[in-house]
Amino acid sequence: MTTEPISTQPQRKVRNFALLSNRAGAAFMLPAGLLVSVFVIVPFFWVIFVSFTNRTLIGKTALNPDFVGLGNYLALFDPATFFQRGQFGFSLILTTQFVLMSALVGQALLGLLLAWLIQTVPPWIKRITETFVIAAWILPEVVIGFAWFAFLDRDAGTLNMLLTGLGLPPGDFLLQQPFWVIVVFNTWRGAAFSMMLFNSAFSSIPPSYFQAADVAGASSWQKFRDIGLPLIRGHIVTDLILITMWTFNTFTPFLLTNGGPSYRTELVSIYNYRVAFQDFQFGKGAAVGVIMMLINLAFALIYLRLGRKKAPKS
Amino acid sequence: MNLTIPAFFGRIAFSALAALIGAVFALPLLWFLFAPFNAQAQMGLAVPDPWTLSNFVTVFGNSYAVQALWNSFIQATGGVILVGAAATLAAYALSRSSVPGKGAVTYVLLLFSSVVSGSAAMVPIFLIISAAGIMDTHVAVILTFAGGLLPTAMFILRDFIDSIPKSYEESAMVAGASPVQAFFDVALPVIRPGIVVVVVWSFVNIWGSFLIPFVLLRSSDNMPASVAIYSFYSEAGTPIVTLLAAYSLIYSLPVVALYLFVSWKFGFRFFGGIKA
Amino acid sequence: MASVEFKSVTKSFGDFKAVSEVNFNIGDGEFVCLLGPSGCGKTTSLRMMAGLETPTSGQILIGGDEVTHLHPKDRNIAMVFQDYALYPHMNLADNIAYPLKVRGEAVANRHGRAREVADVLKIGHLMDRLPSQISGGQQQRTSLARALVYPAKVYLFDEPLSNLDAKLRLEARGFLNHLQRDMGMTAVYVTHDQAEAMALATRIAVMDQGKIVQYASPIEIYRRPATTFVANFVGNPPMNLVEVDGTQAGGQLVLKGEGLAMAGLPMTDAIGNALASSSKLTLGVRPEHLSLTAAGATNSISAPLFANENMGPESLVTIDRGEGARVTARIFTDDHLHVSDQVSLSFSAEHVHLFDAMGKRIPAVGE
Repeated sequence: MTTEPISTQPQRKVRNFALLSNRAGAAFMLPAGLLVSVFVIVPFFWVIFVSFTNRTLIGKTALNPDFVGLGNYLALFDPATFFQRGQFGFSLILTTQFVLMSALVGQALLGLLLAWLIQTVPPWIKRITETFVIAAWILPEVVIGFAWFAFLDRDAGTLNMLLTGLGLPPGDFLLQQPFWVIVVFNTWRGAAFSMMLFNSAFSSIPPSYFQAADVAGASSWQKFRDIGLPLIRGHIVTDLILITMWTFNTFTPFLLTNGGPSYRTELVSIYNYRVAFQDFQFGKGAAVGVIMMLINLAFALIYLRLGRKKAPKS
Repeated sequence: MNLTIPAFFGRIAFSALAALIGAVFALPLLWFLFAPFNAQAQMGLAVPDPWTLSNFVTVFGNSYAVQALWNSFIQATGGVILVGAAATLAAYALSRSSVPGKGAVTYVLLLFSSVVSGSAAMVPIFLIISAAGIMDTHVAVILTFAGGLLPTAMFILRDFIDSIPKSYEESAMVAGASPVQAFFDVALPVIRPGIVVVVVWSFVNIWGSFLIPFVLLRSSDNMPASVAIYSFYSEAGTPIVTLLAAYSLIYSLPVVALYLFVSWKFGFRFFGGIKA
Repeated sequence: MASVEFKSVTKSFGDFKAVSEVNFNIGDGEFVCLLGPSGCGKTTSLRMMAGLETPTSGQILIGGDEVTHLHPKDRNIAMVFQDYALYPHMNLADNIAYPLKVRGEAVANRHGRAREVADVLKIGHLMDRLPSQISGGQQQRTSLARALVYPAKVYLFDEPLSNLDAKLRLEARGFLNHLQRDMGMTAVYVTHDQAEAMALATRIAVMDQGKIVQYASPIEIYRRPATTFVANFVGNPPMNLVEVDGTQAGGQLVLKGEGLAMAGLPMTDAIGNALASSSKLTLGVRPEHLSLTAAGATNSISAPLFANENMGPESLVTIDRGEGARVTARIFTDDHLHVSDQVSLSFSAEHVHLFDAMGKRIPAVGE
């Protein structure tokens, strides 16, 4: 036999065998740990700190900001101006309506409808529909923003061309109905995620469940209501929380409307940008960031709680 | 198949509805099929007469536009390498080692990654980059994206590695392989599909992203395509439609290509986890 | 080849003791099966031999050297995994030659050696294929080839045949048996299939709840099961266990039970000791030691017929003594039995096993 027994090599003692020793494991986690610490965890605490100062982008207070206590928060929640256009309260309420209409109603319902439809339609229709729905989701946001800008153009846009062709009055929707434009826009942009999540949820249901219902004479609607929906309840909750968080934080409508006209589409993310980088008030922008993070935290905790309940590791 | 008459019409109605929704989704994108090839393109939908590539010639003749595509490539590639390498190592450790406290680390990371979004943390990220003295550099964008995308990338990969039997590495070690050999000879090739998923996901995210480079970059030499595209507006703020259309199409191509590659390689289902 | 020794080995996972104070010895060239239900600690024991788990306490010796805390790669052992663990990105040649590669063998040598082993296992013509391109049986043999390609001190098998269908399993079992006797290798084989253990092992360690219940040759385990657990685990169908009431009368042991008609058994000291603590005994008779008889015969048990399953040459006849207490006999096929007929099954006194109230075997006369 040509093989040397390995026992001639130096032997290593292990206190408690694991595929990756604790020391190697720690070393493996180090690069990711550093990057995440610096760009995710430090910002979290830094933004809290900055929110208690009057730091600005330029000028004297850019270098030596003063501590202003809760000043920035009091300014944000000043009852005199809270609900005025261009103020934080207006922006927060706008964002809430935006999340409700475009994510919870638009994306989730449309995604559910699409996922159910494409289970039953011929494969070629399924493929074409899926392609466009997913294209809306994966194309870069600036391209999508410009596509909609052209689509909605008052004089020559495709939408007004269609409306005129159908004998309906055209309109300058970006000017007249900016809020509904971004609601429809975000529904269009994000429905793909819900569709795919629900689609994979539906496909994980054994076909025999539906065949049994077919044999019993159930209609499509009854199958959806009595079998499909109850079995994907967990996925629906997951979907609602995720799309709520993403829609709450999205910046994409900025590319279509710039937050205007006259602040009518200024979501909190856009408000945050304007305060910090156009008005140069970093302290106040940081305070907005803190409030956004607190809202994110609430949703994240709910999500993690549900996730834990769903998958108790044996 | 034997369908009853109502069921037959039900199917037709379903198909019609699905096709209608598909068409509505297609409408805003139709413009991109024509305008890039039309030398006289306007905001309106018009079939080019004649079809031409002149818009593309103009775009490629614009050194700033080409530079921006190259910048996008540098930033996306740099970010992807960092995310891919760091996430692979960390996810492997999370899955295979018994480092104390790794459960807590996982929980904290998951929490922070969903709490600290780009639009909520733009101020401190700006300040950190500024304090590090790397404002207006590729490195700034690359590091920021790497940090932001890593938690999700790690979870996608950890789940993937968890689903791979430990017996691969165990059998290698029993056969005489050191942990390093087992990692490179066996584990890494087996988890490669998961790494590809994470790499594609990160690339698409960085390539398409607007806000972070918009906030962190100043000079036109460093701008990626997502920001540089706004230079195709005239001084008066009206878009130069022909160039915008052609440039948008070029800029979208890598994303479409990657999407096709992934859905060919891993099937359709996979994309459910590809975007955050 | 080398011996393996466990010295009061314990492995705990949190509060759960997977293996508890286990002592045993595997001689050089022995084929030992660890047999037991899932969760009994057999796989954990095997993985501790491989070094894939570290004992909480105790010592493990291979070839007389202590290896308790040695890394798997330094133990010079070979192992076949239940899921085969074939590397999906390597063809069969590279899979089989991998242990030689990590030993620093030259490419030509290791592929030559891999080919030799593969030819013995009749997969030599598949060396360019990927694992996903061959059948389950071929995958199993590939994983075997990868274990046999280098000379190991001990060969470990973790339920290697459980993913094969019944016919292939029989074939592979026969081959393994031949191979082990031929090479004289020391082998430890984990299984929950008692027939596999009986067919392969020179000795079987029956495990239950982290302990070895009996460690003996297959024939000993079949003839003299140490506990009701072993009696119930080994044999197909397993031994019939009948709850009986034992009393001493006229120097003889008299057993009483529902439907049971038995002559007195000779008393022994062991029986006396068992009766001293409890009169509840368990009577055990293997199905193959029962035969049809006329009603009321001595040494028989009677009850209505529950099922008559024809297996070809023989049938399994099951009678129901009420409350789920059933007795099964393996007899020559008899078509004249009908459900609910009263059936009597007889046995001879020499085939009777007795267990005390704790389930421990009461030695028969002369044991």
